[in-house]
Amino acid sequence: MTDPKQPNNDSQGMSRRNFLKNTGLVAGGLVGGSLFGGLITNQVTKNDKKPSTDTENAQHESYEARIFFSRNEDFDTLAAATERIFPETDVGPGAIALGVPYFIDRQLASEWGTNGHDYMNGPFPQITEVEQYEESDVDQNEQGPEAETKVPTPTPRYQTRMNRGALFLEGLHALQRTANEKFDAEFKKLEGAQQDEILDSCESGDIEIKGISSNVFFDLLLTTTIEGAYADPAYGGNRNMDGWKMKEYPGPRMSYLNDIDAEDFIVMEPESLRNYQGH
Amino acid sequence: MAVKLDKVDVVVVGSGWAGGIVSAELAKDGHKVVTLERGKDQTRSDFIGVKDELRYTNRYEMMQNLGPETITSRVSINDVALPVRTRAEFSTGTDLGGGSVHWAGSVYRYRPFDFEIRTKTIERYGEKKIPEGMMLQDWGITYDELEPYYDKWEKMAGISGEPDPLGDNRSSDYPNPPMQESPAIKLFKEATERMGLHPYQMASANMSETYTNPDGETLNQCMFCAFCTMYGCDFGAKSDPLVTVLPTAVKTGNCEIRTNSLVRRVLHQDGKATGVLYTDTRTGVEYEQPADIVVLAAFTFTNNRLLMLSEIGQQYDPETREGVIGRNYHGQFNSTFLGARGFFEDKKFNMYMGAGGLGGALSDYDADHFDHTDLDFIGGGGIELRQYGDGAIKSNVVPKGTPRWGPEFKDKSVHYANRSLIVWYSSTVLSWWHNYLDLDPTYKDEFGDPLLRITYKLTDQDKNIAKFGIEKCTEIMEEMGADIIDQDEVPDEFDHLYSGQHYAGGIIMGTDPATSAVNNYLQMWDMENLFVVGATAFPQFGSHHPTPTVAALAYRAAEGIDKYLKDGGGMLAKAKQQNINV
Repeated sequence: MTDPKQPNNDSQGMSRRNFLKNTGLVAGGLVGGSLFGGLITNQVTKNDKKPSTDTENAQHESYEARIFFSRNEDFDTLAAATERIFPETDVGPGAIALGVPYFIDRQLASEWGTNGHDYMNGPFPQITEVEQYEESDVDQNEQGPEAETKVPTPTPRYQTRMNRGALFLEGLHALQRTANEKFDAEFKKLEGAQQDEILDSCESGDIEIKGISSNVFFDLLLTTTIEGAYADPAYGGNRNMDGWKMKEYPGPRMSYLNDIDAEDFIVMEPESLRNYQGH
Repeated sequence: MAVKLDKVDVVVVGSGWAGGIVSAELAKDGHKVVTLERGKDQTRSDFIGVKDELRYTNRYEMMQNLGPETITSRVSINDVALPVRTRAEFSTGTDLGGGSVHWAGSVYRYRPFDFEIRTKTIERYGEKKIPEGMMLQDWGITYDELEPYYDKWEKMAGISGEPDPLGDNRSSDYPNPPMQESPAIKLFKEATERMGLHPYQMASANMSETYTNPDGETLNQCMFCAFCTMYGCDFGAKSDPLVTVLPTAVKTGNCEIRTNSLVRRVLHQDGKATGVLYTDTRTGVEYEQPADIVVLAAFTFTNNRLLMLSEIGQQYDPETREGVIGRNYHGQFNSTFLGARGFFEDKKFNMYMGAGGLGGALSDYDADHFDHTDLDFIGGGGIELRQYGDGAIKSNVVPKGTPRWGPEFKDKSVHYANRSLIVWYSSTVLSWWHNYLDLDPTYKDEFGDPLLRITYKLTDQDKNIAKFGIEKCTEIMEEMGADIIDQDEVPDEFDHLYSGQHYAGGIIMGTDPATSAVNNYLQMWDMENLFVVGATAFPQFGSHHPTPTVAALAYRAAEGIDKYLKDGGGMLAKAKQQNINV
């Protein structure tokens, strides 16, 4: 495997000289000097950088730990559920190998998990109204732009006083409870088909979760799993950029100016945000 | 008690294209301007090294924090509105430069038909074409009258483009050549040419070449890096207020920009605005900024809410259909941008490259370019194939019928990651008596002031035009040779998703004070030294993306304000009675 920190081949692109020329800096059009100063410095730093070692990668992995889920069994349930949603196949690794459970754990510990940018003031409607409202959402999710072909966004007309972290805990406990009731075993120990059966009922809103309809939790779990497979590895998922490699996504790049009209599909060894920032 | 500041000539609320243009033009004219922005300061340094899809596209980094304030939403006037709580459901710009910093950069002028839609519809099809309850209105300005302002903005912003073969009269070409063609765009153009349609390279606010504008601001060439829509440009290659009008305004020495300044009321006495009341969001200290002229140039929702909270103008009442504030609210919601997605087995496209304004377009089904005699809708729209540059989280579309999760979903989402294209119809949206804005009776912001309430229902017009567009896009996708074609579905209901930022109306322009709130200089009929600039002035949506029309109207308003200050006041346009039965 090519080391991800190696500056890439010619397809990425541009020599520093070309970059300057194309951005008009050579012609004296320097507007925000700090901007281009920053970029140039980054680029030079990047070029000077030694390839990282396997030890460094190994160290990153060794620090991975739960920071949101206090109970190990909740994390295990989460991991098992994400792997059913995004399993390992011939095409490439699944959710667990990609680090998705850790990605979700960190997201729930962030201000997104505590709904730090969301309007969380009451009154919250009576439970009957919530159900009615959520039912109409179920229909709406089947309509609209690309509804059937797109991974649903976490937009369940969020009308619960619980934040996403609390919602995940309730949802995972509901999966576990259902596993106990139906199969008398822990969710993580069930056969794949049994886990799928529980996830199916969760997706269709048939599992009871306090305060929300279970499909709301399922959609959130699904969206977050996909995000974990493909977000920058800085967030704990997409480990080794294996998610990007699977779909031949190159990661953040400075420029495609020389390739935008290329007829053929160009496969580039991916680079991460860490590389782009020149750390 | 608010701290009272020294009086200035003009106080401008908002620093996006609307507020930025007004600030720059008036500062250049020698007027003392204070520009207030509720969000934080930001510069291009904030955008370097943050090409991070999760943070910006999925977590809405540049969007308004809804914690302190949001909107409430309902479908019918009999429903209870609920707050739209998350940024996935409601994302709107904030911080210096506003939504104009993270816009895509699609550049279209509206059509002569759009501005005189009522007159021209009646001329061609008769009065009966207009259904009861549709508040179809002329703008009180024609395309020819607005053309010089479009031209001025395009030169200032350095727009890249080529003439639309079905375009309208232009006083000059775009200042920059069109963007490069990608294979996906070429495929769209070749297919539509074979069909006898008239494709062209859409005009863009991404720079095809380095450009210095008439104010001396330089923009750099676009790198097609793909981190464009929802992002600030780290190259200074997307035209936005941060690299054009805001530095131009400040350089004059006549404009002071204050960030973290949340305007909460327009102050007024004896029918004239006296200034604004704002809160410094860092300290909580309240300030009164007196001014001869107040310009509201914030986003649609804020402009409307500020007038309502300040008790200026008569609130629209859907029961009586009287009152003008909050009237003719409309926007490009879930019945727009629908079309057909094609999956190609034998072709892969470099869709991870791109730019916000990169695309092919055609106007054959725009405005009234086609006969509507036997069609069950009014107006039209543009058809586009865009290449924004897709991130890895976004590129997870699979053909209909694929499970949403599990091994089949995974393998197909990987297989089709670089094999699908979408063609869509950016259709007009018209206004109706039952779609409007007012203050919510229940939900409050952090200061205890009521939130803005949105009441919005899709109509047969919306569904019929969407269906028409989907059919046309499907024909194109077939000609493009897609192996699998998935049509978008026409929605039954408004989905309460406010994610496209194309929302307009509520303080509309016109010639009759009974049916409009501002004249064609965006001066309020009810308060001559108060100007409300933005898409709030649109009586209904044109057939395309809104930004150039917002910008052109801002230039028009700035010219009016300058004249008002020099002439010592007065109405800039005469009111006329119209016979509109709404």
